[in-house]
Amino acid sequence: MSAVPEARPQGHSQWQQSWQRLRRHRSSVVALGVLVTVIVLALVVPLISSFDYAIPDWNAIYEPPGSAHWLGTDGLGRDLLTRVMWGCRVSLLVGVAASVVSVVIGVVWGATAGYTGGAVDSVMMRFVDILYAVPFIPLVIVLTVLFGRDFFLVFVAIGAVSWLDIARIVRGQTLSLKSREFVEAARALGVSTRTMIFRHLVPNLLGLIIIYATLTIPTVILFEAFLSFLGLGVHPPLASLGSLVSDGASHLRSQPYLLTVPAIFLTVIICCFSYLGDGLRDALDPRGQAK
Amino acid sequence: MSDASVLSIRDLTVSYRGETGTLRAVDGVSLDLAPGEFLGIVGESGSGKTQLLLATLGLSAPGAMLAGSVRFRGQELIGVGERALSQVRGARIAMVFQDPMTALNPYLTIGTQLMEGLLRHKSLGRQAARRKAIELLDAVHIPEPARRLAQHPHELSGGMRQRVVIAMALICEPDVLLADEPTTALDVTVQAQILTLLRELRTRTRAAMILVTHDLGVVAEVADRVVVMYAGRIVEQADVDTLFAGARHPYTEGLRRSIADLERPLPARLPSIGGNPPNLASLPPGCAFAPRCQYAFEPCPKAPPPLEVVGPGHTCACYYTGPLGQVGL
Repeated sequence: MSAVPEARPQGHSQWQQSWQRLRRHRSSVVALGVLVTVIVLALVVPLISSFDYAIPDWNAIYEPPGSAHWLGTDGLGRDLLTRVMWGCRVSLLVGVAASVVSVVIGVVWGATAGYTGGAVDSVMMRFVDILYAVPFIPLVIVLTVLFGRDFFLVFVAIGAVSWLDIARIVRGQTLSLKSREFVEAARALGVSTRTMIFRHLVPNLLGLIIIYATLTIPTVILFEAFLSFLGLGVHPPLASLGSLVSDGASHLRSQPYLLTVPAIFLTVIICCFSYLGDGLRDALDPRGQAK
Repeated sequence: MSDASVLSIRDLTVSYRGETGTLRAVDGVSLDLAPGEFLGIVGESGSGKTQLLLATLGLSAPGAMLAGSVRFRGQELIGVGERALSQVRGARIAMVFQDPMTALNPYLTIGTQLMEGLLRHKSLGRQAARRKAIELLDAVHIPEPARRLAQHPHELSGGMRQRVVIAMALICEPDVLLADEPTTALDVTVQAQILTLLRELRTRTRAAMILVTHDLGVVAEVADRVVVMYAGRIVEQADVDTLFAGARHPYTEGLRRSIADLERPLPARLPSIGGNPPNLASLPPGCAFAPRCQYAFEPCPKAPPPLEVVGPGHTCACYYTGPLGQVGL
């Protein structure tokens, strides 16, 4: 009996079906392709580039795009292509990491509140309401003044606000899942609360969570860009797409490429995540099968 | 009797506070379940039969007020915490739910769901749990059990899913199996298979079973003893043969007569019980069945009739003691 090889199910699992539906979604496939390309470029280009993102070159200040520097150089003679790729790295890292952090916190918080219910639910959700009421930008400014400009702080600040929406949505979904019979059936098997939340409820929320995560990433990237634009984001000489746009904006008339190149990358990345999120929403919705 | 029973329910009342006052879904129900016994509980929708099962496992909806006592092998289950209850649930008393389409988690494989109870309640390794799961699927006659473990619920038919649900309930070898209308959501041929399966499993596992149904015919197939409920109360209780041969309560008699007897020529129209089940929020002060009862006489609307012994192992709650004939039907 034990020698029998693990048999694979013949039918298509829900995930396989979702993947097939996603593949039919033309714009998502393109978006996914572009994103993968940008990620690969952002990882590879700084490795093979002959220029460093931080070291100034006083002989190559404000060089227009050309054969040596493909996308030109900035006011300190640093290669723009290298800096933009570093910017993509930083922005994507902040975007993905802060989104993951906020999704994890939001899901755990929301699912626990929703499933437990009663007083625990009220207290947990009022806490969310209170955080909602905190004015975010002044808070970040105060934090940066207190702790200095820190890459990690950007993380914490963004994560601290973006989990609130997810917590609310997940709680709402959990409330409706809770009344489903399989939850009762699992309780009748003596399943503990924690197992119930993480093994039974979270997988049912996974579609929602993935969609929300892909939609949170562009928001977070934009947020980081915004903070960097205000001078509250990453520490120079490290660059994010936001800080590059901020630098470029002051040379709009003389060196427009300093603004346009990072701005294009920023726009493309954000659009791709949005399209991908759209596609995932359709693909993971079982009602989409009718199409 | 009480010492020998695995499950002993005493004066169990489940009530909910509604807008129009307190509503008693289960009203002072007492019953005993002997080890290995197969008990059928019959009643219409809203007679409190499902509420009785849920209350037994502490699974009543939020807001339910429980009174009375439920003892499993002497251990009180009413009012103990979730933690203590979750030791009993699944391990000692398991439940099979009505609709196999919704009782399984759509995102988890059959194997994960089957092994969940085992891993929770028994100190078994994954390999042993897997073997046990395959064994159980085999016991409920699911072909290719090893392959099923990796499948999701939507890949199985309704009858197969109900078999999986039954296997899930039996996997920890509970002493009591509560089945809440396990055949209602299935078509008739599959119903028969599931009933045969339950009967077979009962002789094999020696677990006591409570089968809740609105179908007296189903009970006649499988049960040893029958409890008839109406508006949250037990109206009659007897072993199957006694009940079918000589029901004492007009309601039971009405239910029995509304079953088609295929060995006799069918009447043009099967007899039915007139009227509707009462609204639990505004029960009459007397016997809840009195307004629909053709035998009702003057004590009936005044006070609910007590459950009295009318024969060996046969109790009935009715003032009327005369013969139940064909009057008016």
